[in-house]
Amino acid sequence: MALDRWIALILLGFCIIYGYTAWFAMDVGLAPFMKRNPVWPSTFPKILSILGATASLIILLGFEKNKEKVTDIDYRRLHEYKLGQAILLLLLMVVYALFLRPAGFMISTGLFLILGSVILGERKLYIMIPIALISTFFVWYLVQEVLGIYMRPYPVWLGW
Amino acid sequence: MLEGILLGLQTAFSIQMLLMVIGGCLIGTFIGMLPGLGPMSIIAIMIPVAISMGDPAAAIILLAGVYYGAIFGGSTSSILLNAPGVAGTVATSFDGYPLAKKGQAGKALTVAAIASFCGGTIGAVLLMVFAPALSSVALLFHSAEYFALMVVGLSAIAAFAGTGQVSKALLMTVVGLMLGTVGEGTMFSLPRFTMGIMDLQSGLSFVTLAMAMFALPEALFLVLNPPKPGAGKSKEIKELGITRQEAKSIAPVIGRQSIQGFFIGVLPGAGATIASFLGYAVERNIASKDEQKEFGKGSIKGLAAPETANNAACTGSFVPLLTLGIPGSGTTAILLGALIALNVTPGPRLMIDEPQIFWAVIISMYIGNVVLLVLNLPLIPYIAKILTIPRNYLIPYILFFTLMGAYIGQNNATELLILVGFGVCATALKFADYPLAPLLIGFILGGMLEDNFARSMQLYDGIAFILQRPMTMVLLGIAISLVLLPTFRAKRAKIRSEGIAEGD
Repeated sequence: MALDRWIALILLGFCIIYGYTAWFAMDVGLAPFMKRNPVWPSTFPKILSILGATASLIILLGFEKNKEKVTDIDYRRLHEYKLGQAILLLLLMVVYALFLRPAGFMISTGLFLILGSVILGERKLYIMIPIALISTFFVWYLVQEVLGIYMRPYPVWLGW
Repeated sequence: MLEGILLGLQTAFSIQMLLMVIGGCLIGTFIGMLPGLGPMSIIAIMIPVAISMGDPAAAIILLAGVYYGAIFGGSTSSILLNAPGVAGTVATSFDGYPLAKKGQAGKALTVAAIASFCGGTIGAVLLMVFAPALSSVALLFHSAEYFALMVVGLSAIAAFAGTGQVSKALLMTVVGLMLGTVGEGTMFSLPRFTMGIMDLQSGLSFVTLAMAMFALPEALFLVLNPPKPGAGKSKEIKELGITRQEAKSIAPVIGRQSIQGFFIGVLPGAGATIASFLGYAVERNIASKDEQKEFGKGSIKGLAAPETANNAACTGSFVPLLTLGIPGSGTTAILLGALIALNVTPGPRLMIDEPQIFWAVIISMYIGNVVLLVLNLPLIPYIAKILTIPRNYLIPYILFFTLMGAYIGQNNATELLILVGFGVCATALKFADYPLAPLLIGFILGGMLEDNFARSMQLYDGIAFILQRPMTMVLLGIAISLVLLPTFRAKRAKIRSEGIAEGD
């Protein structure tokens, strides 16, 4: 089964869970006076769940003729691409998200930019590290001082 | 109208607005030139900046400038490197790159710049004529018609998705609408589909979703499949001039494609990409036999046609946004989201309630086109240097700006995890050739669609509003036929081809 049909299957499951919530679970706590209303909070989601399930079934059962199109990347040969780098970068993004608040903007961003380049295979550290640090400071200045959005620059335990 | 134009001139010619246009065009050109970054990702990245300015007119002028700049920058990298940064400029590389290979890169860039300028300017004139007319009609619309109109818009986007793609685009639209129902709606103060997570109470953030749908997958594709080194080295760019004869030969092309491109841009779902391919195809078909041979080998007509058409279409796509409040493309959907965040609701009332925004946008389109022509043309050899930034430096910055965009909007680190999660899903969808723009358009229109639906349900005490308002019925009929038509046509084509096979 091709990837697009697998995705249709997953989305069908999503639509069924969504539909179950809309049809059976959502109206339980509805106030009595709202039940006299012609439109309930669940009305629109109910329609959507039917439409979504129908569309994903059409794809899943292959009713619509589909030409095999070659996208930029053939997912069947994914391992031939730089999959490791992509996964490491995604992990780095997750770590960045978790550390942005506790470690402060400066440290986490500086490390993110440096490690990102290292993951991609950059070895000229003497150029790359200064650029990363300067741009970290530059972006912080832009966001904090020019745009006026608060961004904690240093780690929490420093107390700033 | 004259009053409006004067008001627009007054707003758009203030120093701040001029700086916005110039800055937007330059940033757009810079980033649009990078292969793999389309106008949608650039605008998504620029949104936090635009929103934090607080002035809706300035924000949309900046974003519109970025939009034209990105399209123009995309054509530069198409011509110089055969690496289109934007889908709308793929057709530009058909003839632009051969010209550059022949050593006429300067001429190719000039033709592209002039064609873009004319396309954009003629598009802006048409916009000025059509937008007020359309919005005075739209004022007669009721919430029931609005609901139906949005359904038409969404189904048109699905219908224009191409053969074999209609159900995928439809599914993506519905998923977008579903994501739009997460959180507390305006009509009912009841949290829906939050799964008890507090962070979802106010719904998903549209900036996060926009980044996750466009910027992140594009960056991941760049990581997975790096462009081959030395695929195209930019040579010295000289001889920017074109001869009078060449100007004469492309003038009718520009005229035709400006108008055709504009009207294609107005249609929901058919944006700059379709306009440029169609423009190229039409011009090749009506060219003389000798000129036809030139197409694909460096014909300036073949370069001027898609360039004019994509810029005119960009302008055209503003018509449904400004008059009906319904975005026809992913880019205008992002602009709509930014405007809503700034407490401006585009629609027929925009011209009456906030004429300075409406007219300033239109006037700034002229300024933007002039800026692109005057400022960028001489700067191109220098701007093209950005293409030499190594990927190892570039990608971490793209990822970082994506993260920052999502973080600044909400000041919430959970948003970043949502971003990465949706980004991975969007990349998988992109692998399977699912279109992502319908999802975002559905997400943005979802709230309005449901509000209008609920309002008409309440006014007419049930679903009867469809029968009681003929306009609504007609519009919904159009929507259904838009979705069914491609399937029907494919069936008929199949039957016909089978018949021929049997007859043989």
